[in-house]
Amino acid sequence: MKLKLILGLSSALSLIGTPIQAEETNEVAQLKQMLLQMQEKFEQNQSEQRQQLESLRRELAALQSNQVTNDNPVTGASSNTAAQLEPSPPSSRTLLPATNSLSAPLTLVRSDSAYMNISFDVLIAAGGSTAADPAGQLELGDHDPSNNGFSLRNAEIAIDGAVDPYFKGYGNIVYKLDQNNETGAELEEAYLVSTALPDNLQLKAGQFFAAFGRQNSQHPHQWSFVDQPIILNRTLGPDGLRNVGAQLSWLAPTPFYTEAYLGVFNGQGGTAFSFRNEGKDVDGVPRVHGRETLDRTLRGPGDLLMAPRITSSFELTDEQTLVAGASAAFGPNDTGTGKRTEIYGVDLYWKWKPANANAGFPFVSWQTEANYQRFQAAANLTNAPAGYASLPAETLEDWGIYSQVLWGFRERWTAGLRGEYANGNKGSYDPSDIYRNERTRLSPMLAFFPSEFSKVRLQCNYDHGTLFGNQFSVWLQLEFMLGAHGAHKF
Amino acid sequence: MKYIAPVLLTLQLLSSAANARLNVVATTPDIASIARAIGDDKIELTTLAKPTEDPHFVDAKPSFIVKLNHADVLMEGGAGLEAGWLPALLDQSRNEKLASGAPGRIACSQGVRLLEVPASLDRAQGDIHSAGNPHYLADPVNAKVVAQHIAESLCLLDPKSAATFQGNLSQFNTEIDNKLAGWKKTLAPFQGRELAAYHNSWLYFGECFELKIDLFLEPKPGIPPTPAHLGQIIKKMKAMHVNTVIVDPYLNRKTAETVARNTGATVVDVTQFPGGVKGTEGGYIQMMNQTVNLLAESLIKKN
Repeated sequence: MKLKLILGLSSALSLIGTPIQAEETNEVAQLKQMLLQMQEKFEQNQSEQRQQLESLRRELAALQSNQVTNDNPVTGASSNTAAQLEPSPPSSRTLLPATNSLSAPLTLVRSDSAYMNISFDVLIAAGGSTAADPAGQLELGDHDPSNNGFSLRNAEIAIDGAVDPYFKGYGNIVYKLDQNNETGAELEEAYLVSTALPDNLQLKAGQFFAAFGRQNSQHPHQWSFVDQPIILNRTLGPDGLRNVGAQLSWLAPTPFYTEAYLGVFNGQGGTAFSFRNEGKDVDGVPRVHGRETLDRTLRGPGDLLMAPRITSSFELTDEQTLVAGASAAFGPNDTGTGKRTEIYGVDLYWKWKPANANAGFPFVSWQTEANYQRFQAAANLTNAPAGYASLPAETLEDWGIYSQVLWGFRERWTAGLRGEYANGNKGSYDPSDIYRNERTRLSPMLAFFPSEFSKVRLQCNYDHGTLFGNQFSVWLQLEFMLGAHGAHKF
Repeated sequence: MKYIAPVLLTLQLLSSAANARLNVVATTPDIASIARAIGDDKIELTTLAKPTEDPHFVDAKPSFIVKLNHADVLMEGGAGLEAGWLPALLDQSRNEKLASGAPGRIACSQGVRLLEVPASLDRAQGDIHSAGNPHYLADPVNAKVVAQHIAESLCLLDPKSAATFQGNLSQFNTEIDNKLAGWKKTLAPFQGRELAAYHNSWLYFGECFELKIDLFLEPKPGIPPTPAHLGQIIKKMKAMHVNTVIVDPYLNRKTAETVARNTGATVVDVTQFPGGVKGTEGGYIQMMNQTVNLLAESLIKKN
């Protein structure tokens, strides 16, 4: 640009070279002066920029050599005495990109800059019970420890990411090994969530957990105890209440958090346990609560499973939060024509965490859920299970509660205690129904988290039930997580 | 269908322009302090994390969802600092104005030169930040970068108040420049001195004032101190005549006190968030001022 100016000036000079000698001499001298000054300035700028470039280059070289001599990536200590005192692991602070080699693995996924988060989370259990077959009557959840000895009931691949400016997508594929080491695979969740609907609405569609209570929509690695609570198992099923459907939720314009949900699901299968579930009895016959089931397809909107919920949260103090909710689920069940099931639930969660908590510790939390279910069971007059002449039509009522307190008493350590009670009205099939009859359980627990990505949990279960008397179990659970996993809800 | 989103966004922008003040939510109090310095009374300001709170471990409380839902602007530290809790809140906030790339979404790390960007990601090294060390506001020079970014964004969102924002920005930058000269003078006698800290969050402060804050009580990022590691740190501190241990309010002061007892060092309470420590409530500049003075007082002592 300066060059153009100089050229322009020179041509201007030549143009005005014609007038009177005296004036010409003055003007020419002036212009020559200007030209000289501009040339000087131009050269000065050039040298300044050259100097800047040099100093930046020197800085870069210094930083690079600094990085290479730094032995310990954590302390970054560069003094010789420091390096001698401690053996040094390989540096991970080089500015130069790592070349691929056997010792430097490929970075497959990098958090903060990937199209999707992908993680792999595994729960391993080891332990034993006074019951010969714990999965028969005690540990009825699908991801609970399944046998004395070792078991692996949850190896979960979780995927989430932004689909586009309008949707986020989530996937959850769970593998589990049964007692014979056979792999079971479940597409646990696969859904999208809208991000840009008006009026504070949000739409979720696909296969997903119904928003019932607190624990139903959590994956097992989020649970604070090794096994599923009894009452959730009896009402929402061993797999949790999840199905293919859609859910609309609305953030209400209250000053405190209030959200209302309405979920509509197909409501069919084992994951709609108390609804259009074919079931399977001990002798392999499709039965639910002893009633033969008719596996019918959807005949109309009345056959869908409806799951409404409302929840609110309050900041009791600067350090205490309370979340309260009420949920329900309505739909037909498969024991007979026109037979329906209703489930009602209330949930409460309270957490205290001081303002200067160290990595989230200490904290105290208390979670309680109570469910009530009315299940219209049809009569089974022709194909009753062995030992029963027939079963009458009756409404089975089940109720129960679990309450758990967690105390993060020091960094990386949590102690907990969970108490449970479940009971129901008298049903004709009760003597053989593992999902009914009075049951209580007390579970003290201690967990250690070496980091945010691993945990070791020890839990004792004191079980008491009409069907099995008193039983005692001890379970050790190990968890590890690889990859980037989205943050969980509060 | 494709016109609905822009039309709605325009309507939302128009309605927010009709309101006098921009509703600004900041994740941490240091950003909030700079936002207040630039925005003055033209913004309503809410901060999510408390000044004594560890910014990595803030609970994603449902009340934050409401705050984000009502916000016109979100200012976050970025660089993965809030990755443990902010995304879950944003997913539920139903606020298009805070969508990634929207004018109301301000990642303060943009334009800041991040240090310690790891070449490989390996959790065996502890919980390292993948985008680099995110505690960049410990260097007052970066505060100017953030202030500039905030001012530019606020001018775009509230053009009528652009003059105020620009004026406040110059004022802020001038004050930082003047104070920084004084702070550098105060700490000049201690250039090259070594300090001990709990966690590697004072790197940028060290770079600015030429102090070496790279002896850590935690053996690896996110791993609590072990007796063996503390023993080594104590040995190093004695060998290098380190007489100052700095500790943030959310860290275990007892551990720092143990180390100090065994080395004759002093524990200095520091914070990167205005209000985290008594005497820093006035804002970013007051906080930096106190930190510099307390460190100078400690470094000058003889063991």
